[in-house]
Amino acid sequence: MLGIFIAHLVFALLMVGMLLSVIAYLILLERKTAAWMQDRLGPNRVGPKGLLQPLADGVKFILKEEFVPANADRILFLLAPIVIITPALCGFAVIPWGGVLGAGAHLPGWLGGWTFPKNFSVMVANPRIGVLFVIAMASLSVYGVVLAGWASGSKYSFLGGLRATAQMISYEIPLVLSLLSVAVVAGTLRLGAITDSQASYFSTVFFLPAWNIFIQPAAFLLFVTCIFAEANRAPFDLVECEQELVGGYHTEYSSMKFALFFLAEYAAMITGAAVAVALFLGGWHLPWIDQLIYPGAPGQPLVTGWGGVILKFVVFWAKVMLFIFFYMWVRWTLPRFRFDQLMNLAWRTLIPLSLGTFLLAALFVYLRREGAIEHRGWLLLGNVALLAGTVAMNQLWPGESTNRRLPVFNSRYQSAAGVLRPN
Amino acid sequence: MLPSTVVSVPAVLAVGSMYQQWALLGLLFLIALAFGVGNVVMSHMLGPARHGQVKESTYESGVDPRGGTKERFNVRFYLVAMIFVVFDVEVLFLIPWLSAFNHAGHPGLKLGQSGQLGPPGPGALFVSVLIFAGILLLAYGYAWAKGVFKWD
Repeated sequence: MLGIFIAHLVFALLMVGMLLSVIAYLILLERKTAAWMQDRLGPNRVGPKGLLQPLADGVKFILKEEFVPANADRILFLLAPIVIITPALCGFAVIPWGGVLGAGAHLPGWLGGWTFPKNFSVMVANPRIGVLFVIAMASLSVYGVVLAGWASGSKYSFLGGLRATAQMISYEIPLVLSLLSVAVVAGTLRLGAITDSQASYFSTVFFLPAWNIFIQPAAFLLFVTCIFAEANRAPFDLVECEQELVGGYHTEYSSMKFALFFLAEYAAMITGAAVAVALFLGGWHLPWIDQLIYPGAPGQPLVTGWGGVILKFVVFWAKVMLFIFFYMWVRWTLPRFRFDQLMNLAWRTLIPLSLGTFLLAALFVYLRREGAIEHRGWLLLGNVALLAGTVAMNQLWPGESTNRRLPVFNSRYQSAAGVLRPN
Repeated sequence: MLPSTVVSVPAVLAVGSMYQQWALLGLLFLIALAFGVGNVVMSHMLGPARHGQVKESTYESGVDPRGGTKERFNVRFYLVAMIFVVFDVEVLFLIPWLSAFNHAGHPGLKLGQSGQLGPPGPGALFVSVLIFAGILLLAYGYAWAKGVFKWD
């Protein structure tokens, strides 16, 4: 019993280390991606192809001056980066990285050759309320942002903090509802169990894996939108938009305190991507190829030996990395929202849509209990109808938009005479 | 190598697997906290410290800072905060409902005693969540009509 506990603890330490080094390289990857999309070279001076850049950044962060402005609330100013990094590094604890390692598996000889007496879930901890834990850690991150914005004593920070609070709390509601609509169909709040329920195929359409993205696309769309907003990533990065607010809530921060905000943002990105993979993209399920490895099985088996666990771990991280590349792709593709658009999107579109998704999932589960319908395709149909209905509503009933069409000609917006002509 | 013989297990870990999960989460929390505190302390100790009146003034794009930040700000932020509390609590109520819905109709929970009401079945729970969502939508419509969501 204690052995398994220590194994989980060692795994937790390994994952923290892995997360931090992945984050360091993600920053390099982000700069390289930006350079690639803007037809530049990107960082290429430190080490071969700039690969040692994260190391140089880290050393520089630690050796720079740690500085508190005179106008700041000293204690809260120092507390804010700690408050933001702690939940960000805890959120990944309930992610099922690689299924279950069967009892009787050995550690390699050079590690002591210890035998696992029981099945070992390849995750840090597996509480019954995993989804709720993820939500809790995501919403705790807002406190660090508020503290930083308020304690800095700078107007840029203050406005950034206000915006961040309004944005993060607004997008939290559809986030929770989209997670719950997945949980109600799976019938559990454990992330591991929700992943296991996806490791198979639609019964009639064999070649479509039964991932939740194909069962509840509306919930997936909501979830992706909300994790972008929760992580303050473009196109929702109004919190730190440099053209208006310099750096937003971390304007006054320097050295390692600034780095902690950065680390927290990237840790939130990784956790968000990992939750998306675990809940919507099939987790460690390797579609189609699993039929070659395990012929005749309905999907990938849950409990495996070392080979299966390592395969699952690699597949999971590959999906996470693809998702993170999607984050970066969006960042360098979409322009930033305006603040009223951001709030309207959350309160007037996403919240009703997410409530609809949740009720639809509950209706499906109820009808399945009653035996009226069996196939998950009905839920897919309902989701598609819901999305189509939302788009149609938006078209038919645009509401009071600030994007009015201004008459340009003969107004003060008209450019110099003779430059523009009406068609 | 870990001993294969009986080890004395701390009481809190031996009680059951649920306590183990939360002990693990608590330890992870401590690790994360130590990481944050350690980094702040380390950069405080390793970095240089040179003070100056201009350097320590608030950054305002190069001009002398004017006024403070502890001032009045737009009332919409308060409105959003209040409406968020309402909605977030309502959404959190759905989680116990979810737990009840998962277990409803389970054969072990059926009470067939005469004159005794058993726990609600899936149908009753589904109707109850519809009523819940209806009340929520009523509040939502009221807030919309009052212009809480107007941000232009």
